[in-house]
Amino acid sequence: MSSNTFLGMPTLPVFGHGNLNATEPFPQAAHRELGNEQLRANLGHATHTIRDKRLKVVAELPDWEDMRDAGSAIKNATLANLPALLEQFETNFTARGGIIHWARDANEANQIVTALIRETGETEVVKVKSMATQEIGLNEYLEEQGIAAYETDLAELIVQLDHDKPSHILVPAIHKNRSQVREIFLREMPVVDPNLTDEPARLAEAARTHLRKKFLSAKVAISGANFGLADTGTLTVVESEGNGRMCLTLPETLITVMGIEKLLPRWEDLEVFMQLLPRSSTGERMNPYTSLWTGVTPGDGPQNVHLVMLDNGRTAALADEFGRTALNCIRCSACMNVCPVYERTGGHAYGSTYPGPIGAILSPLMTGIKSEENNSLPYASSLCGACFDACPVKINIPEILVHLRGEDVDSQRAKLKVPSQMDLMMKGAEWAFSSGAHLNLLEKGLPLGKFAAGRDKVIKKLPGLAGGWTQSRDIPAPPSQSFRQWWAKEHQPGAAAIPGNSSAGTTEGEQA
Amino acid sequence: MKIALFATCIVDAMYPRTAQATVLILERLGHEVVFPAGQACCGQMHVNSGYFKEAHAVVANHVQAFDTQDYDVAVAPSGSCVASVKHQHELVARRCGDPALEARAAVVGAKTYELSQLLTDVLGITNAAEQLGSYFPHKVTYHPSCHGLRLLHLEDRQLNLLASVGGIEMVELPQADQCCGFGGTFSMKNADVSAAMNADKAANICGTGAELCSGGDASCLMHIGGGLSRQGSDVGTLHFAEILASTLQNPITVTGEVTLAGSKR
Repeated sequence: MSSNTFLGMPTLPVFGHGNLNATEPFPQAAHRELGNEQLRANLGHATHTIRDKRLKVVAELPDWEDMRDAGSAIKNATLANLPALLEQFETNFTARGGIIHWARDANEANQIVTALIRETGETEVVKVKSMATQEIGLNEYLEEQGIAAYETDLAELIVQLDHDKPSHILVPAIHKNRSQVREIFLREMPVVDPNLTDEPARLAEAARTHLRKKFLSAKVAISGANFGLADTGTLTVVESEGNGRMCLTLPETLITVMGIEKLLPRWEDLEVFMQLLPRSSTGERMNPYTSLWTGVTPGDGPQNVHLVMLDNGRTAALADEFGRTALNCIRCSACMNVCPVYERTGGHAYGSTYPGPIGAILSPLMTGIKSEENNSLPYASSLCGACFDACPVKINIPEILVHLRGEDVDSQRAKLKVPSQMDLMMKGAEWAFSSGAHLNLLEKGLPLGKFAAGRDKVIKKLPGLAGGWTQSRDIPAPPSQSFRQWWAKEHQPGAAAIPGNSSAGTTEGEQA
Repeated sequence: MKIALFATCIVDAMYPRTAQATVLILERLGHEVVFPAGQACCGQMHVNSGYFKEAHAVVANHVQAFDTQDYDVAVAPSGSCVASVKHQHELVARRCGDPALEARAAVVGAKTYELSQLLTDVLGITNAAEQLGSYFPHKVTYHPSCHGLRLLHLEDRQLNLLASVGGIEMVELPQADQCCGFGGTFSMKNADVSAAMNADKAANICGTGAELCSGGDASCLMHIGGGLSRQGSDVGTLHFAEILASTLQNPITVTGEVTLAGSKR
């Protein structure tokens, strides 16, 4: 992106604000969440169910891997050409009667949306499920301004009624089971059948009754968007319930908030993404409702159509050559559904609106690694790689996690005058591991470890950082000599050349 | 064939028997094994902890040790360390602005194989009992480590080799493809989550009724075995190379004297 195009704008990318931060270190948050057994049970059940569904529908397609390649290539091309595509989109959207607003960060976006609602004179709005508006904290902002925003997605409604935060980007109430949902409805809905049971159909009926009045009376709706098509100026919402469709068609004014990276160059690119997204997210071949709208259609649907284009740290992420593919994300949530860490801690442990593996890279990329506790997020992974395998647009999440760990180490080094315990450990390991002779010298001390292990032949407690290991695991007594010492002293080349040869034992050396 | 052994640091220092078993298998097949003495570690711990600058020296040492020696292929009894050699070394060199090292690392990486890869794809071993004389009359389950599974795409190579060992009874591990929670420094930095993952892995292993759990990475086996040991379980862990090296005449014993990874049996 040429800086000349944006005279008067800051030359450095603007970092994101809003609900993008962990407010406590991940290990601390995870420790608390792990103690919640109901949460563990709910999450374990839900993630395994959705995982299996995804695997089944993905296996049906012989060209799934080609499709992932196509999705990844289209997204990479979009990001590489983003400035031109944004202008193309603006031209087409505007030509069809829509109005575009540009928001540098969360605060600007919230102000723009508020001003647009004020123009209508309304104090109530209905909302389509949207990650972008969660990210900027729109509901809370509107509430401060005296405007009530009603979530219409069933799971978002549950979370909103419970005064809770979403813990998953697709299934925001994944941490609640149905009996908890029943309790929330009985407690928080103004009008509700006191004999409500926890049958899903009855719960859905209660939500339907609660929401219907809002749909019919609302004059303003707020949505996010899954895709913006540059060549036609069309916006897209992909959903399951149809509540989004009601919001998108019934009110007079429609305000959409969309991240600038959500563009696709061409209408026909949807062919790829409408196959990738439902299969990856809900494990369905096709989602029930796909709404597409292009500007204003006189006499049909909303007559005031606005779009707030949100940066909020996306340009900063785009500027990171090792991290920018995180912006390829289509918010399917497959990565969190397969993540063994997310499965056990849930989404709240990540602090940000974006939890799980994608959140652990996207949040610090958008806010900068130094923001609040976001530097703990890239470490919230065992690097097992399940997320990369599941990602429909092939974001190499483990590689970006490692890149961000590097950014964190460098930034901490610049900040701290005294090296941390980890710094010292890594420095020591650098010495030991950068020469066979050094390692050999250290290994001569192995019998000491054997001594430390004592008679039961295990080490049960280590000091400092390594204490994290012995908190739940033993370490075996080390051997009396290293392999390289055995090789130098005892190895006889070719002694075992014939199968079943009598010298073909393997257990010499380490029998205690 | 002249085969250079990359023992890996953890096997060299903590599980020398795994490397001895690797040597034994290859020599039994009539190959010449060499051990480049300059080798130490692949540097994965540094890379995965974000210490790229420190990783540079470690990677440079590995490349130096393995591109100055004459051999046909290199082998390591570890999916994770081989994945690091193949996928991380060039990246580290690039990040540290060392294009010469990047080019040399690519050559070493291309010549390096994980043990089951070498045995299956290069040396044509499909039946360990017949071709290696492997014999191990025990009930065994198997955990496929993440990096072998997802970075090297080893698929069932290790499992198939184990299943073809004479006398062995393999039992399937439920949710086998789930990470054990090791993750290098993850096990210390996020000790609670790591322990929760390990607990589920241990429960699945114990549920199979196997005497021990095998796998292809000493680090994961140390983690799983360490958790089992802390719980007071009798189930141990053992690298598949040691099972392949075990024969009728010279069995590896799993009771009494032998110390299994992470556990005392």
